[in-house]
Amino acid sequence: MDEKRQKPPVNFGAFKRIAKMILKKYSKRLILVIICIIISSVVSVKGLSFIQVLIDDYIEPLLLDKNPDFEPLKHQLFLLACLYLTGILTSLTYNLLMVTVGQGTLKQIRDTMFTKLQNLPIKYFDTNTHGDIMSRFTNDTDTLEEMITRAFPQFIKSLASVIAIVVAMVKLSAPLTIIVLILMTSIFATTKAIVSRSSKFFMNQQQILGKVNGYIEEMLTGQKVIKVFNHEEKTKAEFDALNEELFENQYKAHRAANILMPAINNVGNLTYVLIAIIGGYFAVNGILPNLTVGVIASFLALTRSFMQPVKQVSSQINSIIMALAGATRIFSLIDQEEEVDDGYVTLVKVKEGNGNFVETDGDEGIWAWKHPHHTGETEYVLLKGDILIDNVDFSYDGEKNVLEDIYIFAKPGQKIALVGSTGAGKTTIANLLNRFYDVSDGKIRYDGININKIKKKDLRRALGMVLQDTNLFTGTIKDNIRYGKLDATDDEIIEAAKLANADSFIRRLPEGYDTVIKENGAALSQGQRQLIAIARCAINNPPSMILDEATSSIDTRTEKIVQDGMDKLMNGRTVFVIAHRLSTVRNSKAIMVMEHGKIIERGNHEELLELKGEYYQLYTGQVELE
Amino acid sequence: MFKTLLKSVREYKKYAIMTPLLVMCETILEVVIPYLMAKLIDEGVYEGNMSNIYKFGIMLICGALLSLFFGVMSAIIDSKAGSGFGKNLRKDLYYKVQTYSFSNIDKFSASSLITRLTTDVSWVTMAFQMAIRNAVRAPFMLLSALVMAFTINKKISLIFLLLIPILAALLGLISSKAHPVFKKLFTKYDDLNNIVEENTNGIRVVKSFVLEDEEIKKFEDKSQEIYNLFSKATRILAFNNPVMEFTMYSAMIGISWVGAKIIVNSNMTELTTGQLASLITYSTQILSAIMFITMMIVMGTMALASAQRLTELLKEETDIKNPENPIEKVDDGSIEFKNVSFSYAKDATSKVLNNVNLKIDSGSTIGIIGGTGSGKSSLVNLIPRLYDVTEGELLVGGKNVKDYDLEVLRDSVSCVLQKNELFSGSIKDNIRWGNENASDEEIVEVCKLAQADKFIESFPDKYDTHIEQGGTNVSGGQKQRLCIARALLKKPKILILDDSTSAVDTKTDQLIRDAFKNKIPNTTKIIIAQRIASVQDSDKIVVLDDGKINGIGTHDELMQTNEIYREVYESQTKGKEE
Repeated sequence: MDEKRQKPPVNFGAFKRIAKMILKKYSKRLILVIICIIISSVVSVKGLSFIQVLIDDYIEPLLLDKNPDFEPLKHQLFLLACLYLTGILTSLTYNLLMVTVGQGTLKQIRDTMFTKLQNLPIKYFDTNTHGDIMSRFTNDTDTLEEMITRAFPQFIKSLASVIAIVVAMVKLSAPLTIIVLILMTSIFATTKAIVSRSSKFFMNQQQILGKVNGYIEEMLTGQKVIKVFNHEEKTKAEFDALNEELFENQYKAHRAANILMPAINNVGNLTYVLIAIIGGYFAVNGILPNLTVGVIASFLALTRSFMQPVKQVSSQINSIIMALAGATRIFSLIDQEEEVDDGYVTLVKVKEGNGNFVETDGDEGIWAWKHPHHTGETEYVLLKGDILIDNVDFSYDGEKNVLEDIYIFAKPGQKIALVGSTGAGKTTIANLLNRFYDVSDGKIRYDGININKIKKKDLRRALGMVLQDTNLFTGTIKDNIRYGKLDATDDEIIEAAKLANADSFIRRLPEGYDTVIKENGAALSQGQRQLIAIARCAINNPPSMILDEATSSIDTRTEKIVQDGMDKLMNGRTVFVIAHRLSTVRNSKAIMVMEHGKIIERGNHEELLELKGEYYQLYTGQVELE
Repeated sequence: MFKTLLKSVREYKKYAIMTPLLVMCETILEVVIPYLMAKLIDEGVYEGNMSNIYKFGIMLICGALLSLFFGVMSAIIDSKAGSGFGKNLRKDLYYKVQTYSFSNIDKFSASSLITRLTTDVSWVTMAFQMAIRNAVRAPFMLLSALVMAFTINKKISLIFLLLIPILAALLGLISSKAHPVFKKLFTKYDDLNNIVEENTNGIRVVKSFVLEDEEIKKFEDKSQEIYNLFSKATRILAFNNPVMEFTMYSAMIGISWVGAKIIVNSNMTELTTGQLASLITYSTQILSAIMFITMMIVMGTMALASAQRLTELLKEETDIKNPENPIEKVDDGSIEFKNVSFSYAKDATSKVLNNVNLKIDSGSTIGIIGGTGSGKSSLVNLIPRLYDVTEGELLVGGKNVKDYDLEVLRDSVSCVLQKNELFSGSIKDNIRWGNENASDEEIVEVCKLAQADKFIESFPDKYDTHIEQGGTNVSGGQKQRLCIARALLKKPKILILDDSTSAVDTKTDQLIRDAFKNKIPNTTKIIIAQRIASVQDSDKIVVLDDGKINGIGTHDELMQTNEIYREVYESQTKGKEE
């Protein structure tokens, strides 16, 4: 199944796109780079063939001279030194220029990817493993780095050298050049055969490496459980099997890659010999009049130098294959469809004047929905937090409904509890309310406006969220609370923390509000993280919110503190509580008992108890609530 | 350090030794081939001697074929040696970690162990492969090319002796300048990855606070920093090629000038034109060998840190070992703590457990209550010897736990850890951790005991339901019950539940305890809980406070005598009546 889903490992389209990206941004610089590379390659080719000039034009005549005059040679060497200097300088220039091209492109790719990431629908994150998303930023981008900064200039340089050499060859002898070129195609054929073999193995290797590392990760995370169950031998055996598979593929991939160099090298050597024999035969027998001994010698020197760029390119071939595989994955992320937002109702601040609302940008205004109608007139609706879920159906895959016929209304300030077992659809309702997913059928209205018409960002601003998994970000505690309102003052932060019951524990930390949180707050307890998340939401001060209670076991005392914080936060807001403890549910305006995507019972606590149905059973502890 | 790591070569030793030998043959040919080429030109082409052309041509073809043979052979053998070493090293590390005790694991932390077994292993394997191939090749190439050069002409070859140190010094300077920048770069890289990770995990938070743009800006700032550092580093490295060209070209001019003079002045007796051409080839070989050596040194230093971290793992000795003549059977489920003290670090000033004395009869049910950090988990972890006592003695079945065979002890003492882990695989697979050979009926039986059977049956795939890594697709309470079932399958003499029913509702919790009482009456049960209700009906309840036993007794006794217990009880019942 995995194989089917996998795209062809190497996609040359990705290469084209990167080239396009570079050309678009750095075309001028790139032209300069290419000019420099060409000059530097011509210089190096000249350098390689200088030896023949030296022998033919200087040494041979000087040998015949009774009083050899070295001045012309000195002069020639000086000129050569100048030429070399130009070569070195151009080489330095293009190497430096490429730094900006390479790193700039990488930065652009990284930034584009991250921006993309932020604009992807939640569905993408729910359906792709986070490790896989991460590795596009790490492994895959790294392989590109190698390719752009090293392989790419190398490639141009080699191409320029090959052309320069071929031109020099044709000048010396066209027939011999043809022979060389024919032999060279055999080299390319060899390379191609080996590369296509090794690229397959390299892909396999990467895949199995991922599998082995995944296994190591899972097992070492649960290492203590392994110890408790004396499971060491079993896991060793499983590990060995995977490790052996990795070995097989790694061995094959490297074998294929390593064979490439000696193969190309020696095909080159054989070409040399053939040219020597054929050329020598021609020269000695005088078959081609202008094919002198000196020409053959020069031609052979060129044949040798021809191999140099070919070898250099092929030594980069593996990194190119890896980079293309990486680029393919990167572009598959970049090409993902973004979360569309065609909402046109926005949240603005208004002021009342003459019985009408007027927009204002001052602090004194109140929030209202700005609703431009088709008729051209604009209506302002005050933000109150009135929510109606009207006969909503939802399905993640378009086949199986996870929600069916959901009807819930919450007047401003009311608390609605959602109760039911895992998979009953409670979290899905939360996902629909802030449009992480869109309803399949039915409507959700916020203050009477269909939420599909509201700009997503504004809808989410009007709807706070405290999730079960409290995700904190690297930074100080202050920063984390300020996340809810970027321009909050320190006083506002402390006030929010007090409301959330977080102030006292924060103050007891050595650095107080400036304590740096790392690794999602690993140094804090679950309860403390929860309190910070509550403060973060409190400072945001939304008129309505979704609250997903924590299930994990926090000790009784902390649990009480967290509960108090939540209660204070809920006060005066429209709240949807996804409840895991019935104690929080009792004072709700209405309780929805859900099962298999449907509301099976609704009412307040007393009504539901009287009903003696599912809720009654839950409440009396006969059925487990998660 | 290298000795420790190289132990992993084992059955690939012959390949690891053969590689450099083959590489040496290859290198010799690489040096000989240009020599033959020079001969072919001098004695064949220039003299118009066809038979010499054939002679050297055939020699060259043989040389090329031999070189191809050695090259391909060394490629095959070298890949085998490298991949084999990687495999064995990974295996040795994994096996080593399996011997670790809990305190060894705590010392390194799971995430650090994972990095070492993945990233560090790759680095070291890569360095090893590079070393067996090039550590011999480059110096050997340098040496043989130098020898060839000196045999041709001593005077000219002095040019190399002048240029080699210059090139080495320049390349060394470049790497030493670039190295610290790269080091800084790596930490910045970690920061960047951290942002991506946090955003991927917390995307719901980002989106619900509508902070996409701020996060993008945060990322772009970091990305800019990386751009700056990376540019700085590669700008330094950009000097590598020109420096190489500089020395190469200097060699060219030097050889040309000195060579021409020697040839002309000696009238081809001391140096021929063909030899001059080969000297140029040797100069290329010598200088690129130098470049290779510097590259290897740079890579070596980068792999060095990884190698050190791996050696640390391999040298770590487990602090809990099997005794010499272990007892192979645990007689009963009685437990006795005799003046037991415990601390996690050997030189710690504060003890986690302080002089604990406790006797537990076989088959009884013991509850343990206490606040966070009171030492509850530490106390029970000592029983299956997950940690060793620091002072005092701990007896299980009347004998010191240190005298038992570890496997026997841990099979008899089944512990449901506070931090439960389920593994990816079916429910059945997960339960079978308790006993590989258990029949399906036995599995169903323990699941019934743990009150898990009912919800498992409600899944479409029942006992074959796939569990995601870490058990993320079942609820907290379900996960806990699966873990209990898994522990029960061992048929232990002592069963320890470390806060293992916290997410289970009170009714089910009660059913589990009832099942224990009726179905496994002879098993000693130790239950740690936050809820009084979970331990209320135990034979004995232990109240722990700050590593000491604060009170022991039945529920009624403790309500009378123990203040802490009463307080906890009251706070919990009050909450309910509210």
